[in-house]
Amino acid sequence: MRKAKRIATYTFLSVASIVSIFPFLWMLVSMTNKSVDVTKGRLLPGTHLLENLKALFDTVDMGTALVNSTIIAVITTFLTLLIGSLAGYGFEIYRTPGKDRVFNLLLLSMMIPFAAIMIPLYRLFGGLPFFGIDTLAAAILPTIITAFFIFFFRQNTKMFAKELVEAGRIDGLSELGIFFRIYLPTMKTSYAAAAIIAFMNSWNNYLWPLVILQSPEKQTIPLLISNLGAGYSPDYGLIMSAIVIATLPTAIVFFVMQKHFVAGMMGSVKG
Amino acid sequence: MSKVMKRTGLPYTASKKSLGRRLKNNYIGWLFILIAAAGISLFYFYPMIRALLLSFQSGMGANLEYVGLENYIRLFSDPTFIAALTNTFIYLLVQVPIMIVLALFFSVLLNDATLKFKGFFRTAIFLPCVTSLVAYAVIFKYLFGVDGLINKFLMDLSIISEPLNWLSDPFLAKITIIAAITWRWTGYNMIFYLSALQNVDRSMYEAAKIDGASSFQQFFYITVPMLKPIILFTSIISTIGTLQLFDEVMNITNGGPGNATLSISMYIYNLSFEYSPDFGYAATVSYVIVILVVLLSLLQFKVAGDDK
Repeated sequence: MRKAKRIATYTFLSVASIVSIFPFLWMLVSMTNKSVDVTKGRLLPGTHLLENLKALFDTVDMGTALVNSTIIAVITTFLTLLIGSLAGYGFEIYRTPGKDRVFNLLLLSMMIPFAAIMIPLYRLFGGLPFFGIDTLAAAILPTIITAFFIFFFRQNTKMFAKELVEAGRIDGLSELGIFFRIYLPTMKTSYAAAAIIAFMNSWNNYLWPLVILQSPEKQTIPLLISNLGAGYSPDYGLIMSAIVIATLPTAIVFFVMQKHFVAGMMGSVKG
Repeated sequence: MSKVMKRTGLPYTASKKSLGRRLKNNYIGWLFILIAAAGISLFYFYPMIRALLLSFQSGMGANLEYVGLENYIRLFSDPTFIAALTNTFIYLLVQVPIMIVLALFFSVLLNDATLKFKGFFRTAIFLPCVTSLVAYAVIFKYLFGVDGLINKFLMDLSIISEPLNWLSDPFLAKITIIAAITWRWTGYNMIFYLSALQNVDRSMYEAAKIDGASSFQQFFYITVPMLKPIILFTSIISTIGTLQLFDEVMNITNGGPGNATLSISMYIYNLSFEYSPDFGYAATVSYVIVILVVLLSLLQFKVAGDDK
């Protein structure tokens, strides 16, 4: 009986693992095969990898999408962390009842579905001169300030030794100096976890770029993949290469910094 | 002293500080918060108010005029909206419970201290979380295609004799969407349960075993009640996520066949950017999501809080 249960457990977990991993294996294998072979259901690695990559960069301009996605994700991550941590720090270190009320109000924005603000945002950017529709700036701006990261950094600031603030003041540092010279270096782990989430959110973001970026030269990777996927006679080898490239950064971060990755994903329930 | 600490957040010497210094720090504190508060007001609260105003207007493109409650009345006789709403509820009622039960089940199995290859199983089941929604949606579209691997596999096993039209049959298309979302998010939920399980006192299970409780009884009488807060949290997250479902439907079925898989978010997108743009009515539909998010979150709190 015990043994039967053991076997059932292992079988069940193995099947679940295979189902979870299979699409990854399939895209890796298909990346190296000709489109026809992918259609035939070939599950062995082929020799068409370089041709697929060449076609990807030559015919559908993956290079531009890669550059756009990278620019957007890097700037977004940097600004998200800066603004979010300044606010989280401000709410916790300079805590007053008034600020707590503002904090609770800001948290309410987490309940707002993006679809509900998408149209007014689109119209708002439609009237702007330099941040208007079809600019990378417009793709970045509304995504850099989220209540989630303010909340995340406030929770993490609770673990920060507040004596250090006082020590900094005695040493004659300005308030901003304390933040940049003391707080920031001691909170590296929190920043790493937040950076992973912010980068991933931006790298994978689809709906807002779809709405705001229109010309092909502004296209991000998710937009490119979506366009390729919607085609009537898809080149499977080429599309799989694009999907592998799109997945690579997050997969690498996951395997290299698994702990931070999971900590970041669960950040909202910490503390 | 403690009152001073609370007001200014300054430990120790705070009470000796002059009033001027405290006011100055309070003022600096506001500056730290300023950009974030201004940004959230501009990019969340202001658009929310604009969307509310829009929801009472109608017209093509920029030519909008106030029509009172007309848009809200139109909802009830709009078959596409009703289809989108129905689909969303089907996803909610079928997919969310399946996923949560599966995730709970995995986490209980993985929480066993004597289990081998635990790290491998955990990593494997969590792995789908690293994919972007668009990327995995396109993969699933191909896997479930008429000549896709799922059909080949099922035919090899002689479960079906001819290929199924996963993406062009209204029922099967919904199954495909549900399967895809479950694949992507089960591991994510599992991680929350696993970490919560680590805080459950092992001696409770020992005591239950001595009393002769079966694994199923242990699961329902110890695990589920102990994990209740986190189950509530994940079901709210999943509910909000499902109400906003867009990327998968857009890229796997494009809402079809007919409107069999259309989600509310996708309908809003179509109303604004695919059909001749009707921003007013689209805003009305978007407020339905807002109302549903608030109502369902409250409902889940109430249901979960009942026996407290």
